[in-house]
Order: sequence, then structure tokens, then C-alpha cells
Amino acid sequence: MEFRFFYHFGNFLIMLKGMFSRPENMKMYWKQFMQQCVDIGVGSFGIVFIISLFMGGVTTLQTAYQLVSPIIPRSTIAQIVRDTIILEFAPTLTSIVLAGVVGSKIASELGNMRISEQIDALEIMGINTKGYLIAPKILAGILMIPVLICIAGFLGIWGGKEAGELSGVISSEQFMQGLRQEFKAYNVFFAMAKSFSFGFIIASVSAYYGYNVSGGALEIGKASTTAVVVSCILILFMDYALTAILL
Amino acid sequence: MIELQDIRKSFGDKEILKGVSAVMESGKVNLIIGSSGSGKTVMMKCIVGLMKVNSGRILYDNQDFTAMDDKAKKTIRQEIGMLFQGSALFDSMTVEQNVMFPLDMFGTGTLREKKHRVAECLERVQLKDAAKKFPAEISGGMKKRVGIARAIVLNPKYLFCDEPNSGLDPQTSLLIDKLITSLTKEYNITTVINTHDMNTVMESGDKIVYMYQGVKQWEGSNKDIVFSKDQKLNDFIFASEFLREAKEIRQLEMFKDGKWRDQLKKEQGDK
Repeated sequence: MEFRFFYHFGNFLIMLKGMFSRPENMKMYWKQFMQQCVDIGVGSFGIVFIISLFMGGVTTLQTAYQLVSPIIPRSTIAQIVRDTIILEFAPTLTSIVLAGVVGSKIASELGNMRISEQIDALEIMGINTKGYLIAPKILAGILMIPVLICIAGFLGIWGGKEAGELSGVISSEQFMQGLRQEFKAYNVFFAMAKSFSFGFIIASVSAYYGYNVSGGALEIGKASTTAVVVSCILILFMDYALTAILL
Repeated sequence: MIELQDIRKSFGDKEILKGVSAVMESGKVNLIIGSSGSGKTVMMKCIVGLMKVNSGRILYDNQDFTAMDDKAKKTIRQEIGMLFQGSALFDSMTVEQNVMFPLDMFGTGTLREKKHRVAECLERVQLKDAAKKFPAEISGGMKKRVGIARAIVLNPKYLFCDEPNSGLDPQTSLLIDKLITSLTKEYNITTVINTHDMNTVMESGDKIVYMYQGVKQWEGSNKDIVFSKDQKLNDFIFASEFLREAKEIRQLEMFKDGKWRDQLKKEQGDK
């Protein structure tokens, strides 16, 4: 798939516009949305759980390794871990992983439906396939990815506390004390703003590449890879843009 | 009835359909035949609206489908059933759920009524026992029959079948042909089949449109095809030595039965 920015961006906007029509049967659309919430939320929980724990643990150990001055209190480690996880690691790192897990799943599922004529079958029935197949995925992405990122934040901090205690670099009490020091609620708002944007990027970009697959089975793999790569790049761009604007 | 009026379709500089006009009649099995690349798949996709024609009109019972907005097209599409070449069953659903899907989306009535209708359709295609199986667990022929059950569940006025016999053994092909023919007569459906299969041509072709390089080369029925003098059609239909001999035997039989007189009258009438 060659890189033609304006061609893809225009088609992407047309795809989004095409999603907005009156649902043929609201109950079926709701069922589809709930199914996507389960697929994205529950389906990705395992990987988010593992990554978050280790992410927090490693952050604690590396911060402790660098803070060697006896003047700085040990509770500062927890403060740094908290802010790093909330501001960057939980939203961005989790989203990069989810772009791989959720993005490739969405792209390959839609690509397979396109190649095996299932999308054509829905069109023939008189169903708005963009509305029925893509909209629930994007809405589920916008809803469930921030939920996963919140969970990742909590698990990351908890993993950091446990790793600190296990390795002996910081006690549980010191860590809890550090977590409460100079806490800014705005950071959580910032993390949520990032996670909603990333949720939209992951679901919509993957759906775009999957929906527009043409050719054979090989193209499904290519579309999945392209979807993941483009999602990751857009996440990093958006990360920088939001940081520059909101912080 | 579906009427095609001078339809043209191009991809870039390449013109695939070069002004095709034809009539697909109600209650009949209408076949579109032709060699690979002749434009029959594009023609079917244009008829059902999966592709837009460059010019010409497609009339569904005198309603111009090409001039309709999306909302009006949806109404026509809900009267269309289609069997795809690869069956296009939804992988994540059981056979029963696949057939139930159009009813869930558009049907009215209680769950019990819907289940009854699904059972009726599965019974019609002799697949009641496979209701709880997933598409991956059934054979190609069974998938086609599930596709037919799904296509007829909403009692369509128009049934489209894209190569219904591809990849099937001759006996299963015959079963599918008989099923489609009987459903067409039973519900007075306008059936359009896109096929390469010569058994289908000879058994079910109430009306046949032969496409050659994007042009309608010949039109007639399976009875006329035996007497056709169109060289391109004969080369396509009776491609092997065996089929050419079979044609001659059939002509001889028809001559003995006196059917040649009807044919002669028809030819004189045509002139």
C-alpha cells in the first residue's frame, strides 16, 4: 500500500461521513457495539495487565538507580513513578501495545469480511456497512481504550510499589507517601484527553485499512501491518501535539 | 422483471460493458454466461448496485435503480437475495444465526415466528440438522445451501446467484440447480445466475444471455442453444469433442420428435 497522504485522508473522512445514517435496527447496532466493547476491553485486558505491572516495576527500579543523592528523599521515587506513568507510560505505551493487539484484530477482521464478500452480502441486504461494522468499533475503541489506560495507570503504580518493596529500594509507606506529594488532578485530565484521542486513532485507522482491503489473503496481512504502523506513528504525533498544547 | 438498457461500465480506459441491453424475466431462471473476462461478474455487480454504471439504466419492475437515491435503493435491496460464489456466510455465527440475521435486521414478528421461518428455510434446503454448526464445520455444498436459505428468508422478489456451482461436485451442483429452479417457480422470483456450468445451462436456463468481450453476443433459452448457429456461442458451450457429439445427438433426437418444426417456425418468425 503506497503512501499517498491526501488520497487516504480524503477517503478516511468519506468513510467517517458514511457512518452517519439512521440505523436499520438500533437493537442490532447496540448488540454489535457491546460485542466490540467485550472484544476490545476484555480481549486486551491480559496483555495490558502484564505490561502495566512490569512498566511500573521497571520505572521504580530505574528511577531509584538514578536518584543517588542522599539529599533527595526516597518518596520522590514514587512521585516520579506516578507522574511518569500517568503522563506518558499508561496512555502512550499502552496505546502503542493496543495498536498492535486491537488494531491488527480490527483490520484483519474487516479485511477478511471484505475478501470473503461478507461486506458485499451486508450491502446487498441494504445495510449501511460503515455504520454497522465501523461505527461500533470506533465507539467501543473510544470507550474501552481509556478504561484500559486507567487500569494500566493503577496497575503500573501498584507494580512500581511492589517492585520497590521487593527490591528494597523503597518501603511501602515511603511509596504511599510519595504518591500523595504534589498530586495534580490536571495530569489525570491530560492522560484522559490523550487516551480518548488514541482510542479514536487506533479503532478508526485500523477500520479504514481493513475495510478498504482489495485482492487476496496476502493483502489482509499487509493491511494489518499498515494499520498498526500508521496508528503508532499517529499516536506519537498526537502525543507530541497534545503535550505541546495542554502542558 | 429486471431490464438493462444500454449499460456501460469502464475501469479507467478499459471498457468492460459496452452497451448491454437485456431483460431478466420474472418466475424464470435467467443465466448470464460467458468466458472469463467477458464482463458477466461486473454486469451482475452493476445490476445489484455493488458497482455504479457509467451510463445506461437498470429497471427493477420499471423503477429506475440507477437514478435512485441511497434510501430508495435500500428499499429495492431489501427485496434482493444473493448467493455469493464463496457463500459469504458470517464466520462468527452458526448456520441458524446466519439465516436469522436478515430477519433480525429487517424482519418483524416475535422471536418464535422468526425461529419458525428460519427452520422452514433450513428445511427447504435440507439443512435442519446443521442449524447449530458454524460455517467452518460444514462442506462447500452445505455452505451454498445455507447461502440460499439466507437469501430467501425474507421472501425476495429477485434472487442473484454468482457462480453457485463453483467448486462443487456434479451431483451437488445438480442439487443446487434444482433447488434454485424450484424456488424460482414456487415464489415467482426473478432469478439471475452467473455461471460457467454447462449442466446449469442445459438444465435450468429458461433464459440465457451470452456475453462476449463486454457485449451481449446471444440471447435465447436452453432449447434454442442446441440449434444456435452463433460460432462464438458454440465454441464456448460445446467446447469439447464430447459435447459437440452430444449436441448432434440431441439435434437428431429433436428432429425425430418433430421439435425441429417449432424451431424452424421460430427462426422464420425471427427473420
